[in-house]
Amino acid sequence: MSGIILPGADGVLFQRDRDWHPKADTPGYKSTTFRAPKHSLLALGPTKSELTGPTFGHEKLGTLDNDLIRNFSQDGTDAIGQRLVVYGQVLDENARPVPNTLVEYWQANAGGRYRHKKEGYLAALDPNFGGFGRSITDENGFYHFRTIKPGAYPWPNTGNDWRPAHIHFSVFGHAFAQRLITQMYFEGDPMIWQCPIVGTIPDKSAIDQLIARLDRHNTTPMDALAYRFDIVLRGRRSTMFENKLEGN
Amino acid sequence: MLHPTPILKETPSQTAGPYVHIGMTPNFCDITGVIDTDLGKTMLNGAIEGERIDIVLRLIDGAGVPLSDGVVEIWQADASGNFLGPTTPDSNSAPAFTGWGRQPANETGELRFETIKPGRVPGPDGKLMAPHVALWIVARGINIGLQTRLYFADEVEANTGDFVLNKIMDKRRRETLIARREDGPVPRYVLDIHLQGEKETVFFDM
Repeated sequence: MSGIILPGADGVLFQRDRDWHPKADTPGYKSTTFRAPKHSLLALGPTKSELTGPTFGHEKLGTLDNDLIRNFSQDGTDAIGQRLVVYGQVLDENARPVPNTLVEYWQANAGGRYRHKKEGYLAALDPNFGGFGRSITDENGFYHFRTIKPGAYPWPNTGNDWRPAHIHFSVFGHAFAQRLITQMYFEGDPMIWQCPIVGTIPDKSAIDQLIARLDRHNTTPMDALAYRFDIVLRGRRSTMFENKLEGN
Repeated sequence: MLHPTPILKETPSQTAGPYVHIGMTPNFCDITGVIDTDLGKTMLNGAIEGERIDIVLRLIDGAGVPLSDGVVEIWQADASGNFLGPTTPDSNSAPAFTGWGRQPANETGELRFETIKPGRVPGPDGKLMAPHVALWIVARGINIGLQTRLYFADEVEANTGDFVLNKIMDKRRRETLIARREDGPVPRYVLDIHLQGEKETVFFDM
């Protein structure tokens, strides 16, 4: 076998629990109405094409890629808002750390305004806040970044819906079939339980998995609060052996 | 025999939302100066074995409206049927072919990958699968990324024996994965992805 494949890259993945994830068609979130397939998904185990996936080297990252307080700053001025460190561990379903994987994140500014040409919310842009960052997990699967706490914002769904404060996450893992996009919410936010997008997830304990915990122990004194958000990707049923590519 | 079971639950998916570009293609939405080039924009970084092609996708919803806010990632083998990947975790290598690409749709729901035609890869049955590209589609209104594949219309014989295509019982629906070839200086393979409706694309639970 040639090519760059990480150890275990051909181990079969656990099937996705699609009752734990949101269904495609969730009427409370209106945008799903015409974007949800009506046919059932065709159940197939991943093949080699989905059990492999891209990996990214640490050299891809710039020094400020994980610092949203500074990485868009025009003149070295910090972004406005409550200063945070967000950190966590990327694991698989076997509770094994996922090292050297790319984590991307994006968010609105402290007033709930996104820096995007299609966004017209009247809350002001912060000239020193872009809202984008990325990390590669370390050898133990940990990532961290500095940011400001995003504000809630209104969106056109029913007459008066507001998103809770949230940060979007994109995680790669080491297999294309592990690819995941999700959203992180903040402990104690009452708006979590009123949100139609959160409400696409049927199980309360699954929603709970998206709520980052305030972590007083890891605050930076006189500087930033800390929130911990761990992410679990699909796990492999076994690691690969050269003579047993299909796993067990 | 003991069947291994997961210890932790997978983190549940949520929609990428309408502003996915901020995080996945920041330069495309004018967040410049943070990173030089949007990740996945370029798959070819030099001379590479294989036929140079463009893959052109169009994303369409159940009302016939283009998904101008969609983002698609592709993952494919090289011309020899090997998966290479952008780099190894601790190297400075920038291989001539990354195998992975990411593109945002334009206002007409269209997006284009400059790539090469993939070679054949062994399938779970031990036979070679037909040349194909794995697709992953996210957007506002999509709660969990949609997984599908693109096959090539000029690979009739290989497609007929393909492990995955043959799992689609309704043979008419196999056509939804087969991109038509348009010849030109660089051949284009064009595929419409219908999320819903009469021509609905086959999506997989991979």
